Amino acid sequence: MAYENKNNDYWDIVVQPKSTFFQFDFKELWAYRDLILLMVKRDLTAVYKQTILGPLWMFIQPIFITIIYNFTFQQAKLSTDHIPSILFYLVGQTFWVFFADCLTKTSNTFISNAAVFGKVYFPRLVMPISIAISNFVKLGIQISLLAVFYFYYLITTDDLQPHWIFFPAILFFILLLCGFGLSLGILFSSVTTKYRDFNFLITFAVQLFMFLSCVIFPATMFSGTKQFVVLCNPVAGALEAIKYVLTGHGTYSVTLLLINSLITILFLILSVIMFNRTEKSFMDTV
Amino acid sequence: MSQNVIEVIDLSKQYRLGQVGTTTLSDDLTRWWYKLKGKEDPFLKVGEENDRSTKGESNYVWALKDLNFSVKKGEVLGIVGNNGAGKSTLLKILSRTTSPTTGLYRIKGRVASLLEVGTGFHPDLTGRENVFLNGAILGMTKAEIKTNFDEIVAFSGVERYIDTPVKRYSSGMYVRLAFAVAAHLNPDILIVDEVLAVGDLDFQKKCLGKMKAVSNQGRTVLFVSHNLSAVKSLCSQVAFIDKGKLAEIGDTEKIINSYLNNNQQDSSLRRLFNEENEFENEEFKLLEYWVLPSNGRENIFVDSPLKIGFKFRIKKQLFSFYTGVHVNDLYEECAFITTEIPGPIGEGDYESSFEIPSHFLNDRTYVIDAYFVKNGNDIVMVAKKLIKFEVNDVQRLEGQFMGEYIGSVRPKLNWKTTKINT
Repeated sequence: MAYENKNNDYWDIVVQPKSTFFQFDFKELWAYRDLILLMVKRDLTAVYKQTILGPLWMFIQPIFITIIYNFTFQQAKLSTDHIPSILFYLVGQTFWVFFADCLTKTSNTFISNAAVFGKVYFPRLVMPISIAISNFVKLGIQISLLAVFYFYYLITTDDLQPHWIFFPAILFFILLLCGFGLSLGILFSSVTTKYRDFNFLITFAVQLFMFLSCVIFPATMFSGTKQFVVLCNPVAGALEAIKYVLTGHGTYSVTLLLINSLITILFLILSVIMFNRTEKSFMDTV
Repeated sequence: MSQNVIEVIDLSKQYRLGQVGTTTLSDDLTRWWYKLKGKEDPFLKVGEENDRSTKGESNYVWALKDLNFSVKKGEVLGIVGNNGAGKSTLLKILSRTTSPTTGLYRIKGRVASLLEVGTGFHPDLTGRENVFLNGAILGMTKAEIKTNFDEIVAFSGVERYIDTPVKRYSSGMYVRLAFAVAAHLNPDILIVDEVLAVGDLDFQKKCLGKMKAVSNQGRTVLFVSHNLSAVKSLCSQVAFIDKGKLAEIGDTEKIINSYLNNNQQDSSLRRLFNEENEFENEEFKLLEYWVLPSNGRENIFVDSPLKIGFKFRIKKQLFSFYTGVHVNDLYEECAFITTEIPGPIGEGDYESSFEIPSHFLNDRTYVIDAYFVKNGNDIVMVAKKLIKFEVNDVQRLEGQFMGEYIGSVRPKLNWKTTKINT
């Protein structure tokens, strides 16, 4: 070290231009837990100010999308893998939107918060984390809608053969979706601060990605290597796994579980590294 | 008490000029290539000193260069310097919103920075919700805000609107609420950038008072301002930053004086014209002009009487002639016009001058147009934007208005308050 600390003073903050490659200061983040919670509250309430229906929009959206999907894709005679089509689309849509929200809402973390970040210091990870938490809350609310439909079909039809023992695994797959979405979002947000080109990419990339992620069709539409490659995508894998647990119809395996987890972890590590690099000096490039 | 709470060591910050993001790809690649080979960043060697007014050779500029200083506990350090000297960059680095290019600094204790009031206010949320959000952004916990909430609202004086979305607030109310939150932070070190310029007189006093109270509690304050009187009344130490370098640090009085002297205008306050000049025709030739503070000081202050004069040659006898000036502000708005009484004038060299009394001009830059006129309104010669000079503010008395005086002039008039009932 070029600068020796001669007297063994304790310094709360030491700032140097080059810092460690991978750092995740959980203690600091914990100190700002109130800010995270208030941000979550802001994210959840501010959007519904001056609306009549308020949080009801959280239900209206998936219902309408499911109706439209059901109408068009059933006309096109797309397979739903023996699952009642309404339930099939509702499951796909609920978890896909959760993933897409995690991705797109974090993807502009730096740019949309530039004004705040430029004036006050707080751990920048507060923003993506609070976005993730508000998405969890939203997902929780939407799952209640899903549950209503799910139990309706469970009771009225015998198409569903749920694997009850695997139910807790659903939580794991939600985390997987969240982690993958966040890491992609953070990666995007880190590169867009300097090169805005990625802004153009993200809007249509997310749209296209949906068609690769088994949201509107089951993995059984593919076979062999093609199916394997499609399912390596953690979103497709997680959706198939969730459908498998809920309905007994889905394509998943332990190998895929490992691959999906590995990919997600790699992306998460990469995104934290990129985020650290960007947060130091992004105010100069944004 | 005399423990260092901030130490800044060889701190530098380099910026790239021009549009970031369009042409830096090649620089990025070069940088990456050097890093791969284990060499130092080549762009750290280039870079010029931070002088806003001269056009530089390099695309890289040092906004701050090799800053070294320390701040002791309980000190109130004022930071002065011209626009673009690097004051705000320094505050930004110290409040961790951007990182230094080289060097380091270390801090003991909790830091709160007030580079702006109302950071993170959400227009759709109510005053109450924003107090919590803003407080948390500034580093308070929810419990701290809760205990201080009533005090914050009382300080802001917007009780009535506390449950209204802040987008319905007037800008004054908005700022009041925002500053109230900031004022109730309890940091060990407070970093403040020119937030005093907002709000009305009453509120400014409140803010200054609050800052004084903070410093009396033994907290450390860093304060950037162009308002020298506020700096003088608040700060125990002043750092003068010039072109990205720390020019001087020391006692308030001394540093402010050297800052003012450094700020000297160019020598165009007095100019002798050469044989040929653009202000010459067959009737008239301008020879010299001057603007001199007549109390012997080098700089012009609000309390300096100013002598302004012209020396010129009249080549033809004129029946009626007078000299007049338009004193304009920088935006070419005329502050006032003053002329002499017309009279006949013969061939020869003349001087005409007038004096602007002290306590008449405001603290700003003025530009003078000189008019030489015959026969009522025939212009013999006009010299537009002939002289530019800056008037500096003097120290204002404590308890006086600390904000900016608006208006083209700031005359000291014969005010009197007398008691009329007995």
